[in-house]
Amino acid sequence: MTIATLERASIAVPTELARGRGGGGPASKRVVVAYGFWIFILSDMVMFSALFAAYAVLRDNTAGGPTGAELFDLRKVFIETMCLLLSSYTCGLGALSAERRQPARFLIFAVLTFVLGAAFLFIEVSEFAGMVAQGAGPSRSAFLSAFFTLVGTHGIHVAGGLLALVYLAAQAIAKGLRPAVLRRLLCWSLFWHALDIVWVGVFTLVYLMGDYH
Amino acid sequence: MTDAHEHVFDDRTPGVEEHEPTASYLSYTVGLGLAILATIASFVVSQTDLLWAPGIPVGLIVLAFAQIGVHLVFFLHLGSGSDSTNNILALAFGVLVVFLVITGSIWIMNNLNSNMMPMSALPTFPV
Repeated sequence: MTIATLERASIAVPTELARGRGGGGPASKRVVVAYGFWIFILSDMVMFSALFAAYAVLRDNTAGGPTGAELFDLRKVFIETMCLLLSSYTCGLGALSAERRQPARFLIFAVLTFVLGAAFLFIEVSEFAGMVAQGAGPSRSAFLSAFFTLVGTHGIHVAGGLLALVYLAAQAIAKGLRPAVLRRLLCWSLFWHALDIVWVGVFTLVYLMGDYH
Repeated sequence: MTDAHEHVFDDRTPGVEEHEPTASYLSYTVGLGLAILATIASFVVSQTDLLWAPGIPVGLIVLAFAQIGVHLVFFLHLGSGSDSTNNILALAFGVLVVFLVITGSIWIMNNLNSNMMPMSALPTFPV
């Protein structure tokens, strides 16, 4: 093989076809960015695993205070779960519309995602406020400290996600659905789906296993 | 030259056309349906006598893993395609760390708790 053929070979394979494993040159920016963000999400999961472990260890240490079964209202938790699940769904559809360059559809799905996420957050904050009002705040027992840390950290992630969604929707309106904006949207949808996965762990370990028949 | 091209195209997920996203409205909707089923099953299992009582925690954990799998495949699109090889390897490492942290903590703390002297048996010292 001459140098000339090698050069032709590297031109012949477009970058967006490269798989990031040597053949066809470096992977496209979209693949690299999504991979980097995926690593961030996994490190976030490792942090959540420490909070889950703390909760699992401390859940029986109620120090004479109220237990989970006395505090949790599973009907509210079910509504919360459905809100977050549906917002994950609309987020996926929104990302798909953005990728297909349908800005109007994307904005409708973004608004739906925001409303469902905000509903989740509202129910959670009202639950927290109710618990604090009846003297079951985070300082009552080790169980409640672990509960508020784990569920509160997830809630803060959701709140941050909602802020980022507003920012991204504004970018999509101001700049249009150009590649850089699409990459940010891809990362945001990964983040939002990952939060829903964490919530599956929360409602199973904290609410259902804390209050089963 | 054509060889190089064919090799690159062979390296894609089977059935995926060029430049077409793997995702579709259908796959999200199927994922949503399965996730709702798993969620409802979890709540039903925890609140009724459907499962033998000591088996309920195991049943809930199995349902949670099933739902996480549904989310990964239908929402995050981690499939068997070669596009996601790197992502799946990173995920496998993440799952290993998460598993070690959670089971390790529970194991060690249970051991410590069961080896600890009961509070009532502690000697009382005059203040």
